[in-house]
Amino acid sequence: MSKPKFAMYWAASCGGCEIAVLNIHEKILDVDAAFDVVFWPVAMDAKYADVEKMEDGEITLCLFNGGMRNDENEHIAKLLRKKSKIMVSFGSCACEGCIPGLANFSSIKDLLDTAFSTITTDNPDNIRPQTSYSVPEGILTIPTLNPVLKTLDQVVDVDYYMPGCPPESHQIAAVVDLVIAALNGKAELPPKGATIGAGNSTVCDECPRTRNVKVIKEFGRIQLMHADPTLCLLEQGIPCNGPATRSGCNGRCPTAGAQCIGCYGPAEGVVDYGARLISAFASVIDSDKPEEIDKILDGLVDPAGQFYRFNLAGSLLRASKAAQKG
Amino acid sequence: MTDTPETKPFEPVIIGFTCNWCSYRAADMAGISRMKYAPNVRLIRLMCSGRLDPTFVFKAFAGGADAVLVSGCHPGDCHYSTQNYKAMRRFHLMQRVLTQMGIEPGRTKLLWASAAEGQIFANEITKFVEEVRLLGPLNWNKIAAPLLPVEVPAEEVHA
Repeated sequence: MSKPKFAMYWAASCGGCEIAVLNIHEKILDVDAAFDVVFWPVAMDAKYADVEKMEDGEITLCLFNGGMRNDENEHIAKLLRKKSKIMVSFGSCACEGCIPGLANFSSIKDLLDTAFSTITTDNPDNIRPQTSYSVPEGILTIPTLNPVLKTLDQVVDVDYYMPGCPPESHQIAAVVDLVIAALNGKAELPPKGATIGAGNSTVCDECPRTRNVKVIKEFGRIQLMHADPTLCLLEQGIPCNGPATRSGCNGRCPTAGAQCIGCYGPAEGVVDYGARLISAFASVIDSDKPEEIDKILDGLVDPAGQFYRFNLAGSLLRASKAAQKG
Repeated sequence: MTDTPETKPFEPVIIGFTCNWCSYRAADMAGISRMKYAPNVRLIRLMCSGRLDPTFVFKAFAGGADAVLVSGCHPGDCHYSTQNYKAMRRFHLMQRVLTQMGIEPGRTKLLWASAAEGQIFANEITKFVEEVRLLGPLNWNKIAAPLLPVEVPAEEVHA
């Protein structure tokens, strides 16, 4: 009997998710033993045409990471959806846009201006990439940018979500074990649409720091402060995204002395990640006077960037007005 | 004047959140006193302005509202002692985030109104509607619509 087939793809992402998968150490041998890896551009040579030739549903497990930045991303997402039985939205980019999704604050024009015509760019003729260009041998094409970056589930149907930037390796190993057990009839897969490889609570629940329900008179930046290593960072005025972020990382950043930046995405039941953080951050402000509240808030230099660092494309508003108008 | 789509003035859709104890009573007072004010605000009653989760506001804008009104008891008069101060802190932070998203500060308004202030409530709403009318439609749902997924089979996309 042939082995079940495995695919992994990257769309708009950094490649960290692939490294996280390889970082499961010797368990990668279990993946190799249980699956036939048929398509994984980072790790092996395979062509899109190979995937197109497959039967629908021929791939058993597809880990898809990266957001939908251009039409090539969307095309491969739709193709792999068709060819895969289990489509996992893998990592923060696919689930909620992540860092590439921060481009949703800017219009395409601003993005291209920043890339091709700032003072640090050596581009005297102001050359811009053309999506289609005629050469003697024929027409060359490159993918077309979408006006805004979309999440995977805004383009195709997704079976499971696995958050994290990247997902923690121990969580990936647990999911691999579960899928292999399920294929052997020894375990049941969770219901469709479930978030796998993560907790159901918030990072605060895994954070070892002590909360005293303290309020603050100013927000500060962690590198400019002497933070108490045993106390809640937010209650010391350090912007920490723990209260709205899904657990699953063992509170890694606050344990190490850094604030949570929210890479595991919205916690269970959180509809809009940034909106939840607005409530959380506002609750530590110690003032009843509008002018003083504004002065304290001036300490948060870029609130939208702070609250939507990983989640802008997956938020209720999805993109700023400038980006949506193109 | 005929009411064709070209000549009809823009009528903003405004979602208003009121608290059960003061601002909703103010709206009620305006109603039973038969005061006339702009009909553009759709009121949603919460128990307290402190119950206002900014998610409600984001959802209203994402769903096509042109503006959002948040109203509660005057500072110091909250039925739950200090929750309207919480609403105020949230509102200030929320307005900053919305501005970064391109939603003008003039599209959100925080209004304190006691149960006796029906006239003030009605006047402020009429004023707010005129301010939003000047800002024009927001149309977040319509701008975002072309970005929503369109079902196209994989082969056609490739062609």
